[in-house]
Amino acid sequence: MAITRADVEKVARLARLRLSEDELTSLTNELSQIVTYVDQLAEVDTDAVEPMTHAIELHNVFADDVVRPSLPREQALANAPSHNDQAYLVPPVLGD
Amino acid sequence: MSDSYKTIIGLEVHVQLATNSKLFCRCSTQFGAEPNTQTCPVCIGMPGSLPVMNRTAYQLALKTAVAINCEIPAFTKWDRKQYFYPDLPKGYQISQFDLPMSANGYLEISDEKEGRFEPKRIGITRAHLEDDAGKSIHDEVHGKADSQIDLNRTGTPLLEIVSEPDLRSSAEARAYLEELKLLLEYIGVSDCNMQEGSLRCDANVNLHLETENGKVATPIVEIKNMNSFRAVERAIDYEAERQYRVWQETGQRIGEAPKQTRGWDDASGKTLPQRSKEESSDYRYFPDPDLVPVLSTPEQVAEVRAALGELPASCRSRLSADHGLSPYDANVLVNQGRALLDYFFTTAKTCNDFKTTCNWVTQHVLRILKEQETTIEEFAVSALQLAELITATADGQLPKSRSKDAFEMMCAEKIDVATAIDRLGIEQVDESALVALCQELLATNPKIVADVQAGKQQAVGSLIGQAKKKNPNVDPGRFRELCLELVAKM
Amino acid sequence: MSLTEQSATELLQLLNQGEISSVELTQSYLDQIEAKDSQIGAFLRIDAKAALARAADIDTRRQSGKPLGKLAGLPVAVKDVLCDTETKTTCASRMLENFRPPYDSTVVAKLKAADAVLIGRTNMDEFAMGGSTENSAFQITRNPWDLERAPGGSSGGAAACVAGGMAPLSIGTDTGGSIRQPAGLCGVVGLKPTYGRVSRYGLVAFASSLDQVGPLANTTEDAALLLETIAGHDPLDSTSLDVPVPEYTATINRPLEGLRIGVVREHFATGLDPEVESAVRDAIKVYESLGATVKEISLPHSKYAVATYYVIAPSEASSNLARYDGVHFGHRHSQLSVPDPTSNSLVEMYRCSRSEGFGPEVKRRIMLGAYALSAGYYDAYYLKALKVRRLIRQDFDTAFEQVDLIASPVTAEPAFKIGQLADDPLSMYLVDLYTVSANLAGLPGVSLPCGFSSSGLPIGLQLQAKPLAEETLLRGAHMYQKATDWQSRKLDQLK
Ligand SMILES: [Zn+2]
Repeated sequence: MAITRADVEKVARLARLRLSEDELTSLTNELSQIVTYVDQLAEVDTDAVEPMTHAIELHNVFADDVVRPSLPREQALANAPSHNDQAYLVPPVLGD
Repeated sequence: MSDSYKTIIGLEVHVQLATNSKLFCRCSTQFGAEPNTQTCPVCIGMPGSLPVMNRTAYQLALKTAVAINCEIPAFTKWDRKQYFYPDLPKGYQISQFDLPMSANGYLEISDEKEGRFEPKRIGITRAHLEDDAGKSIHDEVHGKADSQIDLNRTGTPLLEIVSEPDLRSSAEARAYLEELKLLLEYIGVSDCNMQEGSLRCDANVNLHLETENGKVATPIVEIKNMNSFRAVERAIDYEAERQYRVWQETGQRIGEAPKQTRGWDDASGKTLPQRSKEESSDYRYFPDPDLVPVLSTPEQVAEVRAALGELPASCRSRLSADHGLSPYDANVLVNQGRALLDYFFTTAKTCNDFKTTCNWVTQHVLRILKEQETTIEEFAVSALQLAELITATADGQLPKSRSKDAFEMMCAEKIDVATAIDRLGIEQVDESALVALCQELLATNPKIVADVQAGKQQAVGSLIGQAKKKNPNVDPGRFRELCLELVAKM
Repeated sequence: MSLTEQSATELLQLLNQGEISSVELTQSYLDQIEAKDSQIGAFLRIDAKAALARAADIDTRRQSGKPLGKLAGLPVAVKDVLCDTETKTTCASRMLENFRPPYDSTVVAKLKAADAVLIGRTNMDEFAMGGSTENSAFQITRNPWDLERAPGGSSGGAAACVAGGMAPLSIGTDTGGSIRQPAGLCGVVGLKPTYGRVSRYGLVAFASSLDQVGPLANTTEDAALLLETIAGHDPLDSTSLDVPVPEYTATINRPLEGLRIGVVREHFATGLDPEVESAVRDAIKVYESLGATVKEISLPHSKYAVATYYVIAPSEASSNLARYDGVHFGHRHSQLSVPDPTSNSLVEMYRCSRSEGFGPEVKRRIMLGAYALSAGYYDAYYLKALKVRRLIRQDFDTAFEQVDLIASPVTAEPAFKIGQLADDPLSMYLVDLYTVSANLAGLPGVSLPCGFSSSGLPIGLQLQAKPLAEETLLRGAHMYQKATDWQSRKLDQLK
């Protein structure tokens, strides 16, 4: 299926990517090519087939409800690009 | 308000399950810790970390689902709900999309005050288990300083309970929430503390109108930020009136405007439009490959059902059907919560008098709990002590007229009934002494004797007062009987 | 023969017998790295001082008779995608250029517990996305056999460091062939275990339902040794298999009489390089000479494997990489000028941070995955791919009723030139033709050298087995290596 530049722009917003004009152009071509290749899946009859999410299908895996030590705050925040020693800092969220 | 429309309400309730650790990691869920002190690589969403589901969280969710009469499918799975927000460190919430762990339940509600609505069954679309987001603290004053993110709450287990749009008034909505909260407390799955966010409620509201051209529905509005049941009632009432106004102005129907989100502002008593998160409508749900499905058998579900204990609805009917309490009294007792009901049953079974126990509990115990702002667990008079009081009164060991004094003293001084009787100086008055007192007083009050003989039995009343002055332990009932007997013989 | 030309198994023996010290051995490898890696570029970071200190500590403990781990004193290289508290984990991405995890991945913890000397962090395609290691944000890795050629990928550094004699053992990860393909192109042994055999905890996710950690080494025996060390159930990984780990090295020498080898009809279609085909067919003859029976089988849905893979892997990746938004870790856009006035500053911060932090291939896959999962396309792409995935798995289930191992090429051609496929993503994706099925189906697979092209480039043989049959897989690979001399010829050619 051909992908339009508008599709690419829409998906880029959804995926929180800011793409340059050049990137938009090349991605429109490349994604179209790849999606066209992937379109061959349509010819497979999958009517009675259950989707397979996991490579090995396990179920009912649980952990006991026992509290373990958390990270010291200093370590939790150590990789944050911006923090005030207590919380992560982000540019103001408008509205909500 | 107007009779020309019906308010259609569905509620989404988020309940924090009472686990020690989070849903997918073992960080504590304790409320009120210093910001970002209860986090680990998993709940921070750090590269490489993986979730493992808390067994207790799943069990509590299952217990709740069974208690709200949901069907439990044999297979359930968890999906990623994807959106970007700073308090959502993984970039997705782990929730359930097309195959939730439970569906098609119901909750029965009735009107506590009576007369506002008929008892009815509210459908529950589904209840599913998901993880909570963190907290954003915004610069309320200027909106310009950076927002602060605290991830302590991130990953706390939530059960989302979605009702059908079966509710028709704010009173019904409140009754539904109260009944749900009561049920959750009865089965011990949540502390339901609204202040700490353990119970949160959003409402979907719209109107159905009858017009010349048939039935019409207004666009659905989701109301958020309601922090108490009272707020839910007020917000729904406000919103219904607002939507009716807007309908009259614009005539806009459902489908002609996108679903709107509005926030309740308690101070102004209004719902205000909220800015919707950009592209939030396309959540790109897909099965979480890091988690595996949960399978359950009908036998396992039956076990959970058997272990539930008695639920509020059945407690109410048992109290009125088996023990002769009025539906009103049964409701009052059951709605106080499991601990008070246990107290009631212990007392009632010990003294073997449900009605008298009910009177004591609903009239006196509840009053003192309210006055002292305390709970039944901390109440000075134990269930067994109350039973002793009731028995002593029935035996005549404690005159009925003094039983309230004894109870007050037991409450105030944390003593048992025998001690209270002792301290109040209550003694049983010998029958011959009582006859003598009676004869003495009749002899000194010929006017009263004459009145009684003339048919004015109530005249004896003033003798009772005199008798009590002479001996406070006189049983007024017995004294009155004796007086009448003696006058008749004169 | 110098130390660094010996197998890990031999080196371990020398260490255990006290003939060499860990410091001496570690120094030898550091010398090799010093001499060669400026040309090859297999390592992103080496901390020689720390490695030597650790080696010295192990030597001291050995001298004082203290109990030591399974790999005591042996250098191991680790792909820069597994968390280790003692170094950064960059995934060869600008996004994580400064990321220092506060926890160890389970595999790294097991290596430390086994007293391995973690000698350095190897280069890779950014976030393991690619088949050439050209997608690293930091450097190119060259194929030790021909410096103009790519080592394959995404574990290109992991394969090149073993092939170049710079580490006896190395840890890679394989999502669609990322261990087996570079092993094949670099002439070493690389094994992708059964999904769930090795813990993924602390492995920075590319596609969670496909990712597996595995060993790369000079010999199958060495790979078996390393697999024994890192495999096993991990309660921190819900998809980890709770089954005991066999001692692979103990059964590796059992003869192959009666073993059934399957050859897939669809694998020898057009596009397969004749030299590769003849090397693989020769290898199959070797198996027959060792007493195995050979049977032609069919995997009718294998032709859809690449298409299926390039829906599922990017879909999962687009979600796994959503966490890199510049808030809690990773790169953040530095200037808060707002290029798009319709967006708020937070959204703009997200978009700029991500666009600066990710390279082109990562962006391409995020876009592809977000597209496949988005409203209106989910059923046609993502759900469809999950269904075809089951058909692919069912083909294997049927096949493994008839055979014990499936033999095939690893890639259709030997190592390609650096830059040759860089501008053609689809052709690059098609390189994974023979390897992606094992990831989709969760099977174990191993790649081992089985010959050379006329231009002197190694050719790889792939063996696949049913889930948890690593024992058979390793035995099949080892007995072939014992019966052939590609190993020694390899070393000759490298000199
Ligand atoms: Zn945590």
